[in-house]
Amino acid sequence: MSAEDVLFDMLHSEIVSYLVPKSSEDEDLSILEHLGYSCGWRLIERITKELPRYKEELEVLKFICTDFWSCVYKKQVDNLRTNHQGVYVLHDNEFRFFSKLSNGTQYLKSAPKYATFTCGLIRGALENFGISSIVTVEIIRMPSCKFHIQVLPSSS
Amino acid sequence: MSRQNTRLDVKKVNSELFTLTYGAIVSQLMKDYENVEDVNKQLDRMGYNIGVRMVEDFLARTNAGRCYDLRETADKIQYAFKMYLGITPALTNWSAAGDEFSLTFDTNPLTEFVELPDNYQNLKYSNILCGALRGSCEMVQMDVSCWFVQDQLKGDLATELRIKFNKRLEDAIPAGED
Repeated sequence: MSAEDVLFDMLHSEIVSYLVPKSSEDEDLSILEHLGYSCGWRLIERITKELPRYKEELEVLKFICTDFWSCVYKKQVDNLRTNHQGVYVLHDNEFRFFSKLSNGTQYLKSAPKYATFTCGLIRGALENFGISSIVTVEIIRMPSCKFHIQVLPSSS
Repeated sequence: MSRQNTRLDVKKVNSELFTLTYGAIVSQLMKDYENVEDVNKQLDRMGYNIGVRMVEDFLARTNAGRCYDLRETADKIQYAFKMYLGITPALTNWSAAGDEFSLTFDTNPLTEFVELPDNYQNLKYSNILCGALRGSCEMVQMDVSCWFVQDQLKGDLATELRIKFNKRLEDAIPAGED
């Protein structure tokens, strides 16, 4: 992991610990998700300006899972599944932000807050491609996790 | 299909993500606190937390040894900026006593997409850097103060970060342990 990536990891964990204090009983992850959303939206706006237009929803998802994911998370998504009706599931077997957490069950409860920023990042990225969605995360065994993307019918 | 050729510039994407994420948290802090001074303080605190952990990463990566004067420390700080942020600040304006110097930046990756509204002139946007320097120096037994003297965001020609060495920290032994 390069030095710059370490810095981003640290900034990320500072943001998580600022927005989701340990002591809070019911965690409010919405601001963290929104933070990710605005970053994802802006980032895609910038990095896709040289790229050809993606026509299909699936093409966009593939772009997210390969190019985008390997940039930000240092590896491609391990598995992408879809029911071809707007539901996509991304498997990452070694999620970057879990790499500093113990893999046992001890921190399973506090793990979602480290994936929430990414949920927002995906949602923001897709939104900029014109795809409205709801993104949730499922963590059964660390350090792997699954992102569920539910594409919303377009309003137009 | 030539989609395979559209590989992204990994370095650029990551540095932009970093810049955008930092911007997002600063604007969140502006919403959370009414007082700009509190935002500055919170940024400094976050930087401090990062600094105390980052110095360990720095030492592990560089195998850096002990510094015998502040000039050596300054060189290491300069190198750390190169490593972590990809910029090389100039070391300038040494005080006669050699206990104070400035890091001068032509570009600041944190402020790449930023314009400061007129009513936020008191915001120290990059204050996280001060905290990070303070935190990392503290972990190697140096008590330093950092502050911005000039800032390009406020119309200055360069961004200048002043560092002052206060004292060496002796290992504090907890009461009753000696």
